[in-house]
Amino acid sequence: MTETWTAPKATAAEWARRNLFNRWYNSALTVVLGVFLAWLAYKLVVVLFGIDYEIIRRNLLLFMVGEFPRDQIERPFISTILFGLAFGLGAATAAASARHAAAEADLAYAAPTPRMLVRRFWPLLALVAALLAFTRTVMPTVMALSTILGGAALYFGARGMPRSMVRWGWMGTLVLGIAAFAVIIVGVDGGWNAWGGFQINIFLAIAGIVIAFPFGLLLALGRRSSLPVVRYLSVTYIEFIRGVPLITLLLMGVFALGFFLPEALRPGPAIRVLIAIVMFEAAYVAEVVRGGLQAVPKGQLEAGQALGLPAWKTTRLIILPQALRATIPAMVGQFISLYKDTTLVNLVGMFDVLEVALVVNSQSDFIGKRLFFLTLAFAGVLFWVGSYTMSREAQRLEKKLGIGER
Amino acid sequence: MTSVSETTERTRPPFWRDLAVLRVAAQVAAVVLAALVLVYLGNNLVTNTRAQGITLGFDFLDQPLGVDIQLSPITASNTILQGLIRGWINTLALVIVGLPLLTVLGVVVGVARLSSNWLVAKLAALYVEIVRNIPPLLIILFVHNVVILGLPPKNEPASPLGWFSISNFVIAGPWFDASDGAGAFWTAVAVAAVAAVFVWRRRTKVNEATGEPHHRVAYSLGLVVLVGVIAFFVLGRPLSWSLPVFKDRLVTGGIQGLGQYFSMLLALVVYTASHVAEIVRGSIQAVAKGQSEAANALALSGFQRLRFVTLPQAARIAVPPIISQYLNYTKNTSLAIGVAYAEVTLIAFQAIGNGQPAPQLILLLMVGYLIFSLTISFVLNIVNRRMQLVSR
Repeated sequence: MTETWTAPKATAAEWARRNLFNRWYNSALTVVLGVFLAWLAYKLVVVLFGIDYEIIRRNLLLFMVGEFPRDQIERPFISTILFGLAFGLGAATAAASARHAAAEADLAYAAPTPRMLVRRFWPLLALVAALLAFTRTVMPTVMALSTILGGAALYFGARGMPRSMVRWGWMGTLVLGIAAFAVIIVGVDGGWNAWGGFQINIFLAIAGIVIAFPFGLLLALGRRSSLPVVRYLSVTYIEFIRGVPLITLLLMGVFALGFFLPEALRPGPAIRVLIAIVMFEAAYVAEVVRGGLQAVPKGQLEAGQALGLPAWKTTRLIILPQALRATIPAMVGQFISLYKDTTLVNLVGMFDVLEVALVVNSQSDFIGKRLFFLTLAFAGVLFWVGSYTMSREAQRLEKKLGIGER
Repeated sequence: MTSVSETTERTRPPFWRDLAVLRVAAQVAAVVLAALVLVYLGNNLVTNTRAQGITLGFDFLDQPLGVDIQLSPITASNTILQGLIRGWINTLALVIVGLPLLTVLGVVVGVARLSSNWLVAKLAALYVEIVRNIPPLLIILFVHNVVILGLPPKNEPASPLGWFSISNFVIAGPWFDASDGAGAFWTAVAVAAVAAVFVWRRRTKVNEATGEPHHRVAYSLGLVVLVGVIAFFVLGRPLSWSLPVFKDRLVTGGIQGLGQYFSMLLALVVYTASHVAEIVRGSIQAVAKGQSEAANALALSGFQRLRFVTLPQAARIAVPPIISQYLNYTKNTSLAIGVAYAEVTLIAFQAIGNGQPAPQLILLLMVGYLIFSLTISFVLNIVNRRMQLVSR
């Protein structure tokens, strides 16, 4: 008599009764909110399909790259493609390394299928499609397709790489990444200072966190050092920076940094802003890394000592690999927050995407038309897509790494 | 025994491998390095400022500010120091009003995300997922340029109910008008409020000791209201309503706030509340499931379960991360440069633009924010310590 009872499949009416009308006050809420939502959706549809996107269409290039020299405009395109390739190769290498690690530990490893990837990155793909709808020439479409297809081809082609190739995979990613930067710096009139638009937000965020990482690592190790002087110096720096707003550091970088350097060493505006961001970010990266260091059980350190390893080898070979793996999700979170914070550079005179969204409203064809809602919403969508995708990926990683599980 | 100490004595390594010596050497090296960097930067600062004819002291604080601060007694002829102080007051005005608002909004949305009503939960999730993934500065600019500047123009304010005056320049509402005896009235109310705290504690103790209903809200609130009403009439009605009036292109009376102030307040509250909502949701979910099952077993209603079982326990988990959100909010008030609301960063920024020395002004700004942040985290950490369970 082992009959298993299975719940009958709920009908739509039953589902609605259970989830929308289970109490009188919930019914009331549902009705009120339902009416409100319907009205909102109606308004949104009317606005989305009723307005003229000319201001975006005409200024799309300005939004993306600011006043980058137009006779060298192919450079940002090439940079984007290289960036896509770097991303594809990096993801492939990470996947290969995870697969080898899983095989070593006799664990199952499921590689994501193209369908899963589309489901994970749909906001990004939808954004690209929407952007391409605004373009007037064929070049952006060619660029977007080569970026996505090139990156995907590299990912699916290279993720089966043997163990010996993993090291070269990382090396190639690094080279491609550096090349992506070099293309829009070296040989460009004005170098870094020619940057503008969304490009400056993305590249300041990436360069900021990459350059800040080693400093943050040192600060975190310094904060946990057994040498009191080193510890106090690190703690003072970290707590000082974390106590002040980023904008004060940016003001310092732009208006006061020049006073602290001899004339020959004074950098241009973009580098000044980057220095301020790196100083700021190093303190936050240090706190993230410290979290990871604290997550490594003490027995690991003692095991290193028992093996007779010197302190720096114990740190490098035993503590850091475990600590840094645990910090990946928090590091993504920190990157998202920096990505959003890069908008602050327009307050100190950089021509970033937010500044573009404001100034296009003063163009003679659009002045007085109050299109701020459209241009700012467009800039908002650009940020939202990257930020949302990354935060979802961070959550996925967190689950996969089993961090925060009790 | 002696042989062991002799052995250690003999095998003591040479000084370049002696850990005790190395530790001291490393620390001395760190100090020297830090000092060298500071001396180098300081040296450059002295040389460069001298070359540009800028003095390094803080005498410039006595110079005229050069700009008016709207809705304040500070004008262009006041000193920079007075301007900076007014800037801090304006920063404080954003913080004092904003923190309670964002807490309420954040808790409501965080609880709503776990609602049994599917529509409410999804709507709360939509709000959180949209807002927290957009840069705060963008939200500020959006609110300012679209919502606040979309209000009626400065010279044609709307006045709903006759109680408010709303334009894109100033938003004003009803407030008190003080006459003689107002000071005495507020003193009486303050004393009553302190007494009410004691009554509250007393009633709680009585309730715990005897089990009779505490009615502490009724007792303490009643005390304050009673004292307030008596003082009001005894002192000869020291307060009266003041309604904002628009006349001669100026709004007078009532309580007034600049349009920029409301842009900042609205945007930052909405942004920070989305982060607080996530913290609240996570904290509620972190409360052991048995607790809410126990509440259900006791037949508590949904509200009672939240009020007496889940939220008090979730609060302990939520307080430290919420403190850090409060600090983020405070630091984000510096984004007011974007909408020209005269808080301290904008005042300093304008002074730098007027040719005042940047290094000192930025130093003052940083130290000010540091003190501000440390004060907030100090106070809130005391609150946190009192809330945590005392274990062991």
